[in-house]
Amino acid sequence: MSRLAATFEQLSKTGRKALIPFVSAGDPRPDFTLPLMHAMVEAGADVIELGVPFSDPMADGPVIQRASERALAHKMSLRRTLALALEFRRTNQHTPVVLMGYVNPIEAMGYEDFANAAQRAEIDGVLTVDLPPEEAEECAALLKARDIDPIFLLAPNSSEERIKKMDAVGSGYLYYVSLKGVTGAGHLDIADVEAKLNQIRANTRLPVAIGFGVKDAQTAKTIAHLGDGAVIGSALISKIEANLDDPERAKNEIVELLKAMREAMDS
Amino acid sequence: MTEKYNMPDERGHFGPYGGMFVAETLIPPIQELNAAYQQYLNDPEFIAELDADLQHYVGRPSPLYHAERWSRELGGAQIYLKREDLNHTGAHKINNTIGQALLAKRMGKTRIIAETGAGQHGVATATVAARLGLECVVYMGAVDVARQSLNVYRMKLLGAKVVAVESGSKTLKDALNEALRDWVTNVDNTFYIIGTVAGPHPYPAMVRDFQAIIGREARQQCLDQAGRLPDALVACVGGGSNAIGLFYPFIDDRSVKMIGVEAAGDGIETGRHSAPLCAGRPGVLHGNRTYLMEDDDGEIIETHSISAGLDYPGVGPEHAWLKDTGRAQYVNITDNEALEGFHSLTRMEGIIPALESSHAMAYTMKLAPTMSKDDIIIACLSGRGDKDMQTMAQREGIAL
Repeated sequence: MSRLAATFEQLSKTGRKALIPFVSAGDPRPDFTLPLMHAMVEAGADVIELGVPFSDPMADGPVIQRASERALAHKMSLRRTLALALEFRRTNQHTPVVLMGYVNPIEAMGYEDFANAAQRAEIDGVLTVDLPPEEAEECAALLKARDIDPIFLLAPNSSEERIKKMDAVGSGYLYYVSLKGVTGAGHLDIADVEAKLNQIRANTRLPVAIGFGVKDAQTAKTIAHLGDGAVIGSALISKIEANLDDPERAKNEIVELLKAMREAMDS
Repeated sequence: MTEKYNMPDERGHFGPYGGMFVAETLIPPIQELNAAYQQYLNDPEFIAELDADLQHYVGRPSPLYHAERWSRELGGAQIYLKREDLNHTGAHKINNTIGQALLAKRMGKTRIIAETGAGQHGVATATVAARLGLECVVYMGAVDVARQSLNVYRMKLLGAKVVAVESGSKTLKDALNEALRDWVTNVDNTFYIIGTVAGPHPYPAMVRDFQAIIGREARQQCLDQAGRLPDALVACVGGGSNAIGLFYPFIDDRSVKMIGVEAAGDGIETGRHSAPLCAGRPGVLHGNRTYLMEDDDGEIIETHSISAGLDYPGVGPEHAWLKDTGRAQYVNITDNEALEGFHSLTRMEGIIPALESSHAMAYTMKLAPTMSKDDIIIACLSGRGDKDMQTMAQREGIAL
């Protein structure tokens, strides 16, 4: 059983929801991310989504774009992100790591080389924002052959047909983008999310993580309970951005926020 | 290749290029757009309305002008200029914005967004939005806002909101990123008018089809004026919309050479250029697979060209395909060579070309002398140079 499947099964048995922080690898500096990953696990993270910096992150808002720019300024890359993940795995064998990014760095490496490298780095899932199922066939097959879960997005305007398609091609979990827009945008309409989740649930048995717009502990709790987990990205990266002169403080603030979310989600 | 050219396939692929590489939120609007486009593509009423607008509002057909003095001076092939600079708003861009805006109206969209580099597509979009009474937001890189301030003012006069994009390299690619973000956020009421033959399917095919009027007219005009088909077509390539517009109706005329001219900026060898077909490699950006300017890690690198309209790290996927199959050939022209083309045409023919088009003019100057006096080149004069007066004056140290 994959590390992701095992994690969601374990959570389900204990009636808990997954807390899934997203950070951009190498933001604000390459040496900051590894200790941050360990600290997030200690704060209660169940899965870590590790952002691969890209020069043109079209589906992200300004907060994550700036995180990408900071990381790229330090020459962070897909290769170095994989090395970082492997480093993390040396001391943590249980927390799944999901790479999240755009397809071009993967194309530049080559699909097969990437799949091999991801396997060596013991990556658990790969979410490629701009690789919908229509274009993902080759890459997803290479990943699945190496027991790496290809993770796909669902959006508020995804049709029932689309949901069924994602259920067929995806594994690990489905990531429901809870609002129309980019990362870090607007505020959530909980009733809308609930209605959509009912439709999604009716068409898939995969766990559903919900992200986009999750900013505080209360929202994390509400959102997580509509699905199987909550993804928190921009809210964490804002802490990094607010403390560029003091990364240690950024780490502490991220830990505090995640602890509060964990507590709210478990209560 | 004896079969009739028939690209792209139904999912928007030109061989390995093109496609629909977008986030899930954009899949439904792209499918909706594609369905509408397929519906109206062959709808007699839609085509009649489009044709009437192109004739009475844009001023088509644009002339095919035999530049006799310039041809004589260069001492080779006869050069014919396809005068897209004489269109309303001063460039070929309006051929496409008229078409997409009519589509937007039929789809019930009330808000139009666009990205722009040189500002010509922004102006052409703001123009049709004003005419149809649609809200219009244009995204433009902050660097381009500074170097094309005249077009910014024109867009504002037309009632558009111009958003200066401060992210990334602050040029066309960043404007495209920002427009895509807007579209993701406002998909319900918004139509995104992409200005070039890039973006996810169906844009590359749709923009090509709207721009193909350039080549259809030029082909017939050449037959009428010279009694035969041309030997070569020359057009500048940024995203590549005027080039594909000229080339497409000639693709099955195997005797007609097609030459796209990319911007070499300071020179290909300096790395400061915008010539992905000449010096880049395949990758995925802005919804399609095509040739890109990128580093070894797949990060998009900054481009350079004196012309804002060519300052883009990608190129339409159909050009990538035409390059690989050898049906079209792609060359490059430096900033300095483009300026020579600019001055030469201005002084010889009394026509001031846009800096983008000046790249095509400069290559025509190289090509014509290698051909015989009986040969014919059609060069696309895609836009007029009025918008570039500031850039030119500044470059030549003249205060306006």
